[in-house]
Amino acid sequence: MNLAYLVPLFPLVGFLINGLFRKQLSKQAVSVVGCGVLLASFILSLVLFFDIKAGGAGVRTYFDFINVADFKIPFAFQVDQLTAVFLLIITGVGSLIHIYSSAYMQEETPQHFARYFAYLNLFVFSMLLLVMGANFLIMFIGWEGVGLCSYLLIGYWFKNDTFNYAARKAFVMNRIGDLGFLIALFWILSKTGTLSYHELFTPDMLAKFSRADVTAITLLLFVGATGKSAQIPLYTWLPDAMAGPTPVSALIHAATMVTAGIYMIARSHLLYSLAPFTNEIIAIIGVATAVFAASIALRQNDIKKVLAYSTVSQLGYMFLGLGVGAYGGAVFHVMTHAFFKALLFLGAGSVIHAMGGQQDSRFMGGLKKFMPVTHITFLLACLAIAGVPPFSGFFSKDEILAAAYASSPVLYYLGVLGALFTAFYMFRIYAMTFLGKFRGTQEQAHHLHESPKAMTIPLSILAVLAVIAGFLGIPAIFAPHAHLLENFLSPVFSDLPAASETLSHQTEWMLMLVTTVLVIATIIWAWKKYADYQKSEQQETGLSKVLANKWYVDEIYDGLIVNPVMKFSNFLKNVIDKTFIDGIVNGVGRFVQYSSRQIRLVQSGQVGGYILMMVLSLVVLFVIFWNQAYILTFIHWIFK
Amino acid sequence: MIVLLILIPVIAGVFSFFIKNSKAAQGLALTASLLTFLTALVLVTTHGKVQLEMQWLPQMNSSFNLSMDGMAKMLCLLNAVSVPLILSSTLRSHYKSPGNFLGLLLLTQAGMMGVFLAADVLLFYFFWELALIPIYFLCSQYGGNKKIQATFKFFVYTFLGSLLLLIGIIYLYLKTPDHSFALSSFYDLKLSASEQNLGFWLFFIAFAIKMPIFPLHTWQPDTYEQAPAAGTMILSAVMVKMGLYAMIRYVLPIFPQAVLHFNHIIVVFSVIGLLYASFIAIRQDDLKRLIAYSSIAHVGLMCAAIFSMERVGLQGVMIQMFNHGINVLGLWIVASAIERQTGTRKLSEMGGLATKAPVLATLFMIMALANVSLPLTNSFIGEFLMFNGIFRFSIWAGVFACFSIILVAIYTLWAMQKMFYGKTSDFTANAMESPRNTQYALIVITIVILVLGVYPQPLLQLTQDTVQTVLSIK
Amino acid sequence: MPIQYYIALAVTLFSIGVVGVLIRRNAIIVFMCIELMLNAANLLLVAFSKTHTATTGLPLAGIDGQIFVFFIMVVAAAEVSVGLAIIVMMYRNTHSVDIDFLNRLKN
Repeated sequence: MNLAYLVPLFPLVGFLINGLFRKQLSKQAVSVVGCGVLLASFILSLVLFFDIKAGGAGVRTYFDFINVADFKIPFAFQVDQLTAVFLLIITGVGSLIHIYSSAYMQEETPQHFARYFAYLNLFVFSMLLLVMGANFLIMFIGWEGVGLCSYLLIGYWFKNDTFNYAARKAFVMNRIGDLGFLIALFWILSKTGTLSYHELFTPDMLAKFSRADVTAITLLLFVGATGKSAQIPLYTWLPDAMAGPTPVSALIHAATMVTAGIYMIARSHLLYSLAPFTNEIIAIIGVATAVFAASIALRQNDIKKVLAYSTVSQLGYMFLGLGVGAYGGAVFHVMTHAFFKALLFLGAGSVIHAMGGQQDSRFMGGLKKFMPVTHITFLLACLAIAGVPPFSGFFSKDEILAAAYASSPVLYYLGVLGALFTAFYMFRIYAMTFLGKFRGTQEQAHHLHESPKAMTIPLSILAVLAVIAGFLGIPAIFAPHAHLLENFLSPVFSDLPAASETLSHQTEWMLMLVTTVLVIATIIWAWKKYADYQKSEQQETGLSKVLANKWYVDEIYDGLIVNPVMKFSNFLKNVIDKTFIDGIVNGVGRFVQYSSRQIRLVQSGQVGGYILMMVLSLVVLFVIFWNQAYILTFIHWIFK
Repeated sequence: MIVLLILIPVIAGVFSFFIKNSKAAQGLALTASLLTFLTALVLVTTHGKVQLEMQWLPQMNSSFNLSMDGMAKMLCLLNAVSVPLILSSTLRSHYKSPGNFLGLLLLTQAGMMGVFLAADVLLFYFFWELALIPIYFLCSQYGGNKKIQATFKFFVYTFLGSLLLLIGIIYLYLKTPDHSFALSSFYDLKLSASEQNLGFWLFFIAFAIKMPIFPLHTWQPDTYEQAPAAGTMILSAVMVKMGLYAMIRYVLPIFPQAVLHFNHIIVVFSVIGLLYASFIAIRQDDLKRLIAYSSIAHVGLMCAAIFSMERVGLQGVMIQMFNHGINVLGLWIVASAIERQTGTRKLSEMGGLATKAPVLATLFMIMALANVSLPLTNSFIGEFLMFNGIFRFSIWAGVFACFSIILVAIYTLWAMQKMFYGKTSDFTANAMESPRNTQYALIVITIVILVLGVYPQPLLQLTQDTVQTVLSIK
Repeated sequence: MPIQYYIALAVTLFSIGVVGVLIRRNAIIVFMCIELMLNAANLLLVAFSKTHTATTGLPLAGIDGQIFVFFIMVVAAAEVSVGLAIIVMMYRNTHSVDIDFLNRLKN
């Protein structure tokens, strides 16, 4: 289908309408435009999906973006199976979140309401560019574009300086990642002269890279991915990014943008297959992030913060999948995660909405009876993320863990540990929010209500998806060839060498069983422990204090990086620039002033002095005149 | 036709000195600059080189020789676009004798046009000085509190440069076999290695001061801070490009061996300057100085890309010269609008302007993003190509240069948030939306930023021939 | 009479003038010394002019030297009148004709 460009064009048009006419449009009009363009995009994506299924994959070139002699980068879209999956996630989940937002943001003034939707549409546009681009440069455009929109939406309530700081932090940390990405692009360009996937990912082109090149490029690309997908060491922006409106957290910081790193690595899987060292690093960083972030989530009380760390941790699983070569599994987890994490965030949003902005779960409790739909959907999402069969998270996480076991059992054990943490903190936060007695203020209790239809309907749809999406990826041990997603994606990943080791069915059954039993046990424990949660004034100590303070990573970064940079800047500004360089410049000026003040003394005003000078000069002139031949010879000798 | 580019501003400028009435002077200046713009537009769209040769000083073998290749076309267009924008955005400013002010501005424009067009070295020098002298008067007559010191610093720096340039020109002139100032005979010079080195440094320092390159940059923040708004705009939007232009037009082709001999050290210095200025910008509290250091950083990057001698990098410099001019002009327009509204330039005293002036906030955001060189703004393509060129030249220089993309994000976003976001302060509490004329100028700039960001091909094609010629001499 | 005698006399007069200007502090004496130097120059001009006429035998040869002398005398007279007037004014204001005292032009 040649209408692929319409998919990103619709959100762009929505952005322009909402952005330019934000003063004129009413809230209704804004939400119709904002959601309408997304739905249109979604329908087109569906059409595109079936087209690709029927064999319509390919590259569509539109115009020359940069064309300088030996350097040519077209503006082109690549439409294939991988793109299609991401397109459906982005536009599908995006549409639901847009609809949800139209109710959630109802209290904003029309102008800011329109600004919100404009940013959201711009985000979807950038995200679509990212996944549709046929070369790394277009991907980079989208890559930076989503970073920008994330910045704008985190700082959406711009009067609050803390939020602004969070927005800036997100952007700058992303930029650090982008630095790696950019350098990788230059590296690729200097070796091959092209950034287009279909030219680059051919055996001839790949042969141009030495082993060191491939390792460096893949590592640099991975640096980019750690920035965007919030992996160690660049993850700290994501929890702070919760300053934005909750639907934004659902769309950008859970379902779509943060998975861009996974998309990028999956897209360049051929490069990665040549770099075993990088793959090891990715797997290690992935599993480390998964466990580390989950451990922080154990002791957070802010419902959105828990979800944020949970997202970081789940992204770690996806990277673990990529690192051990389970590209299909990683993409599968992206999809299921998009469903259940968006659902969790939207559910949290619904709770926050009902609580009048309260996000601290210590002051919630017993919401079950006030908000039945939110409660049920949230519970389903918790089951899905914890990996209880047959919910979606079970299948995708299991696929990754099985692949990890095949690669190295240590990775598997750590992965299971992270999964147990996940089950614990999810049910802790669930119990604190929905079970027990209400612990909020009288006024809040009075206002408690179920959210409007525009919010509960997206919740319900996502809940259905979170429950059943797992059946798209039924492992071969249940039924051979039933992994629909893998079958669909196989043209993209078919060029990979087949996995060297496969697990026996017996091992796989056992792993699955052990994980499931442990997870269910953890869930019951957490449920029991927090069902009747009571606030206690007792100070946290020891490890739990460290966890509550997020391992003090922010403080360490401030001390090790931010403050030294600021001090260095001050030093350059005040010492080097003002004192040293300007000192030299002004010193020259002062020297001239000083010497002229000295020479001025000769001009004493004494007539006698002047006459003496005159006579002496005359004598000197005469001497020179009589000896000019010698003097000229001397000058020539000097300048020879 | 080509001579009109110089003639219109000169005549209008001279006339303007005799007009006392502010409105009439503004009308004259605006009409003249628009006429210049139209002429430039016609010339830029003509295919191929435009040339003109007239007798000037036959005794010295110097002729009034103008020629317009791709790079000259682009920079003339930049010059011709900038002046109407500057004039329209500063319509509401009051000066003590507007006729003189606008006259000086137009004479500066004429001088810069001449610099970009001259195909004769003496003529080039003549216009180089012609562009500088009016700007001295602009700064010393209409500047801020410390205008005299700042102008004096500027004057001494640039005249030192001009002096070296003059010595270099005369030196090379005496070396030409036919004793001619024609650019072509300078290109044909056969110089020994030591002669090349001497001439190279004479020319290079002169242009490096103008650009400016670290560590010759300290005149710039002071001058930008103290000069009147319109003066600052023309200085940083167009005049800085004179140095870059001359680097490409004169230094690279005339001293190819010396360039290859010294370019490593120059690239290193440029990259240091880029990072150095970016670091300083992080801690600037004065908005004007912040923009000045940001501009120094960008120019450092361009200089590094020029001396990387890579085709891609040079192509990036070409379009970045235009784009940087447009973007920095936008930043200055916003800065002066804010200073007029709030009466302060200190970022620490600002805040919350987005609620007071939402249109200005939106427009500034786009300028700021262009300054960060986000994709789909015009400067992204230029910086991408330049980084690429530097990277091809040396991996480490490329990597260090790329670090600036983090620093630029830090200080630009910080400044934007300090100015427009957060809570209002005592200074900004009574601020109002910027006037219409400022907004129109900014909208034009925004459109240019976005159009060139999505479709940079016209500019790239326009300047391809120059890049080809310059590098083929090597 | 040989020319050397004239030269010797002129050099002597000139030297006396220079030394007088340099060491005397009385403005009127300094003034007279300047006159002395001027007249030394005049003497040389006349002497060379005469010798030139005699050696070439042409009646008008070297006449320009003597014309110069007239010019110098006129200029000297003018100078004296202005100079003495200044000195008189100085004396009225400062009650002194000491040149070391007259350094008010400084600053």
